[in-house]
Amino acid sequence: MSLSAKDKGAVKSMWGKMSGKADEIGNEALSRMLVVYPQTKTYFSHWADLSPGSGPVRKHGKVIMKAVGDAVGCLDDLTGGLSALSELHAFKLRIDPANFKILAHCILVVIGAMFPGDFTPEVQLSMDKFFQNLALALAEKYR
Amino acid sequence: MVQWTEFERNTIQDIFAKMDYEVVGPKALARCLVVYPWTQRYFAKFGNLYNAAAIMGNPLVAKHGVTVMNGLDKAVKNMDDIKGIYAELSVLHSEKLHVDPDNFRLLADCLSVVLAAQMGTAFTADVQAAFQKFLAVAVSSLCRQYH
Repeated sequence: MSLSAKDKGAVKSMWGKMSGKADEIGNEALSRMLVVYPQTKTYFSHWADLSPGSGPVRKHGKVIMKAVGDAVGCLDDLTGGLSALSELHAFKLRIDPANFKILAHCILVVIGAMFPGDFTPEVQLSMDKFFQNLALALAEKYR
Repeated sequence: MVQWTEFERNTIQDIFAKMDYEVVGPKALARCLVVYPWTQRYFAKFGNLYNAAAIMGNPLVAKHGVTVMNGLDKAVKNMDDIKGIYAELSVLHSEKLHVDPDNFRLLADCLSVVLAAQMGTAFTADVQAAFQKFLAVAVSSLCRQYH
């Protein structure tokens, strides 16, 4: 399910509207994920505080959204552009790729809550495909 | 049997009491058909599903969206025996409609997005957790009679 020109346009446009609130979105999505899918907490046992909006959660939310922004900037070659991140996730972090889908869902829910007028079904379609392709690029080096 | 906390029970009852099934149902089903186009395979008789605008304006889609919400309503009113209440519905979806159960999850995800858009900041992480747990139980109960 690769990104069509229309998808890429929709992703860039939605990112344009979202990017100002990227940090907030990252915090909300990550906070939410840890509550709604408690099994994801297993990857953060080294954090002192896993509660919604905590210091480590906010900081990491920013990191994630920065990477999402970078991905928007390399839509024509996600695999190439995210190669280093893929190595990190494959060899060091070893996050089960199933969790990429979980985080993506949380990000989409937050976008829906924050931009109800802009997040039409068609935009969700393109964003969902984008995150799916992002996840694939991230999992590229796993095996 | 599913254990519900008081918060979860109250949250679910509250959400559905305030929900307009005529609005949320059609929006969620239409969104599902647009975001996950392969789900359209079950609606060949619904006429024009050629593009997003057609899907969102299709009266048969809207009607079925309401039907789905009325089905969920049964679970809301019988939270301690969703499995039992859904036994017949499960047989229907398996034996007659032949719906791949993964589609229930896709529709559930769309329902979460639609509710988030409606509730905004009120759709907190805890509320989302309760809502998705409820939907997961409904989906699991719908899957039970598949063989």
